[in-house]
Amino acid sequence: MSSRDRKTSRAFAYGRRPYAGPVAHEPGTPIGRRLFLGLLGLGAVGIATGSSISNALARLAKNDPTGLSAILPGGGGWRYYQVNGYPERSTAAYRLSVGGLVETPITLSWNDLLAMPSVKVTRDFQCVTGWRVLDVKWQGVLLRDVLDRAGVKPEGRAIQFTSFDGAYTESLTMKQARRDDVIVAYQLDGKNISTDHGGPVRLVVLPMYGYKNTKWLETIKVTDEVIPGYWEQRGYEVDAWVGASNGRNDAPT
Amino acid sequence: MHPPDSAARIPRFTRTERITHWVNAALFTVAMTTGAMFRFGIGQSLFSDRALLRGIHVYTGLGIVVAFLIAVIPRWGRALRRDATRINRWTPDEIRWLKSFGRARGARLGKFNPGQKLNAAFVPAAAIVLAASGAIMFWNQPFSTNLRSGADFVHQCFAWLIWITVAGHILLALQDRESLRGMTGGTVSTKWARDHRPAWYDEVTSANPSEAEPVDA
Repeated sequence: MSSRDRKTSRAFAYGRRPYAGPVAHEPGTPIGRRLFLGLLGLGAVGIATGSSISNALARLAKNDPTGLSAILPGGGGWRYYQVNGYPERSTAAYRLSVGGLVETPITLSWNDLLAMPSVKVTRDFQCVTGWRVLDVKWQGVLLRDVLDRAGVKPEGRAIQFTSFDGAYTESLTMKQARRDDVIVAYQLDGKNISTDHGGPVRLVVLPMYGYKNTKWLETIKVTDEVIPGYWEQRGYEVDAWVGASNGRNDAPT
Repeated sequence: MHPPDSAARIPRFTRTERITHWVNAALFTVAMTTGAMFRFGIGQSLFSDRALLRGIHVYTGLGIVVAFLIAVIPRWGRALRRDATRINRWTPDEIRWLKSFGRARGARLGKFNPGQKLNAAFVPAAAIVLAASGAIMFWNQPFSTNLRSGADFVHQCFAWLIWITVAGHILLALQDRESLRGMTGGTVSTKWARDHRPAWYDEVTSANPSEAEPVDA
């Protein structure tokens, strides 16, 4: 509204002006509109810059002894991502197959995995979209042990993982796969892994961003070269080290 | 039509406005509850189908924006549009009232007090920001991780603000039953209008009320 319009509408006292159509001119300053548009602007700026604000807050939260910061914006806590729904599978029905460039393709049941030597690791979980969950306790079997059970052929230099959601895939090099902190996990914080978290069995690649941690793990296929996974075909980095990839500067996990 | 005797009641909100308000209230309740369930993992044992819960949250959130457009844009949204112009404009008395946190003596308020005006400007803006940031989170594939992270952050900030605002709105409405009656039955007492909204009272009693205050067709 121009200042001339405003002057005109001020000239009429409340209730004494003629009816000015469905959108009448009220006297006064258009504070409501300024606030409304200001908030929309704040939202837009927030979406553009919130990533760095959120990262700074997450670093502060790391030193928060109360844990209260976890509930605030930018604080920790799981976000349950998926690309094709949350598929359910019981532990009884669960099977993990290991194939590709191996000596003996094998299929492991839930009980087979539990019978193997287990490892427990506590580590932060960092997502490439910014959120971090502190001190997550995982239990499972070293991926290395699973691979050795099938026997990797000399030409096997990489792995492709697929999910029983029917869409998700991931990859690792053989060197990455044989690390001590790459786990076929079946327990999270002392409990069986729930469907939301990718249970009953998921991959955990602790030094890398969350998208490397294939949920609802169904097949492990040894390949001769890295086949980029679901998100990697959509621009994410294949070597997803936390703090050293995807243009992010998170503290390593 | 409404002689200013003390027994008469003054129409405050049309049927369209009241339906819009209560439809919004229901949609906000669902969106806010499911949102909190997501963020804090509440009630996961009661509601284990996460995909369904997520669908309810996303489409209720978008429904808030759509429902509001349906209420405002057509012919029946005339009273809402009229009130929006009232909410937009602040008189010097209202600014004075807000600066004194409602204690300013003799401030002649219009149809809405400044707190209601702040609420009514914040809630639709927040609904749009939440819908936009939520859409980036949900239909995330075209967006960079930076934008997704920013959208997540903004969604949480505005979610907190909307929870605080809605809680305050409900508490204040329960403290002023006559004002609440305006949103349930559509009318308020003459006394309430004269005491609490004197500028609006003058407006509806001295002008032709059918023009100052659109009524249901």
